[in-house]
Amino acid sequence: MLGEVTITLLQGFGKTLELFALTLLFALPLGLLICFGSMSRVKILSAIINAIIWVIRGTPLMLQLLVIYYGPGIVSHQQIGFTNSTRFLAALIAFVINYACYFAVIYRGGIQSVPVGQREAGKVLGMTNSQIFRKIVFLQVIKNIIPPISNEIITLVKDTSLARVIAVYEIIWAGETYIKHGGLIWPLFYTGVFYLVFSALLTWIFNKTEKKLAYF
Amino acid sequence: MEITMALLEVQNLKKNFGSTKVLKDISFSLEKGETLSIIGSSGGGKTTLLRCLNFLETPSEGRIVVNNDVLYDGADTRKYSDEEIRKKRLHFGLVFQSFNLFPQYTALENVMLAPTLASRQTGESQESIKKRAEELLDRMGLSEKMNLYPKQLSGGQSQRVAIARALALHPDILCFDEPTSALDPELTGEVLKVISGLAAGHTTMIIVTHEMKFAHDVADKVIFLDDGYILEQGTPEEVFEHPTQERTRQFLAGYDQ
Repeated sequence: MLGEVTITLLQGFGKTLELFALTLLFALPLGLLICFGSMSRVKILSAIINAIIWVIRGTPLMLQLLVIYYGPGIVSHQQIGFTNSTRFLAALIAFVINYACYFAVIYRGGIQSVPVGQREAGKVLGMTNSQIFRKIVFLQVIKNIIPPISNEIITLVKDTSLARVIAVYEIIWAGETYIKHGGLIWPLFYTGVFYLVFSALLTWIFNKTEKKLAYF
Repeated sequence: MEITMALLEVQNLKKNFGSTKVLKDISFSLEKGETLSIIGSSGGGKTTLLRCLNFLETPSEGRIVVNNDVLYDGADTRKYSDEEIRKKRLHFGLVFQSFNLFPQYTALENVMLAPTLASRQTGESQESIKKRAEELLDRMGLSEKMNLYPKQLSGGQSQRVAIARALALHPDILCFDEPTSALDPELTGEVLKVISGLAAGHTTMIIVTHEMKFAHDVADKVIFLDDGYILEQGTPEEVFEHPTQERTRQFLAGYDQ
């Protein structure tokens, strides 16, 4: 029985991991773009970007999921046929936008915490702005943002379970099916083990990285 | 008309931040191999002057000429590209009060970074850059510390790495912005000794400092900058022993106690 449940839950966890990995893949770079936008000297651009960040951070992710899921159909007055892949896509879009905004704020903090003297030292040594960013600022930003980013990433592992509200078959749902079809509750609790093991792995990776950068 | 000019000519330089006038009318010149000490109370414009020379600030008016090459002319309204400003900047080196070493690089890598990045234009080989960096650090008395990271170095050692880093680009004029203000007295001596050594070797330098004895001993020329004006300029003897202005005497008296 345990073996069978484990295999079922692993299938659900596969979806969880897929959503997790794809969200990071898109949200990490998108966050950098949003970050640059929010720091832009073009006032109107930074105002718009900051307003978006405010809305995304100020409303529940669950609500954003539902808006992305139902929104297009309501706006276009068309019946949209929901399939597993459109559900997954809606969830992915909502997660990417949401996390990119959080990442953007973390990046901004990381960039601003590099002392201005570092850039000035690069300038008086005749470096170009791009050399200054790549050779001096970048690694210092990475070091600065690892603790807050690791927090967000571990939160993301658990937040993926929200995709269940638009019927994305992830691990919590996989666990719940045992309640409906057999009255078993322990498989649902068992899902927690998967999250714990995975976040332990992530924590280990982040600690390693932090130690690796501790030389400066 | 051909006029032989000094290595550095600063003429009627002015700098405003909004409505605040920080540099009001600064003119001086510096010959090759000379050391200039700039003294004066905080907020008098000393640091701003160095930042203007290094193009970290754009002056509001005046002229800066190095080696007959006009680096800045307030009358010239055209916009300079980043590339042009970078070229102008390289006439000067700047050593900061807070060192500003790059923490992720070793002492040696700090010195090598800029010449390595520039080697695409200069064509200098990596071996030659490394050899030169090692020689510079050796001259700074840091041959044992080359492979340490900034956080493993004392303040005095860090500042000496910063001096080597600035020298690695062969600036015409090396500027120091209160190079010992962040150091405790014990470490101040080792940095001043290195700078005195450079002066003896005829490196052209501009040194902003609050170390009056050092300013007196190391300099060929001294400027007393107060409230955006040069109140006094001359040899160390003239400025320190026979100041013409009451304000200078008052300032110097504050250090005698």
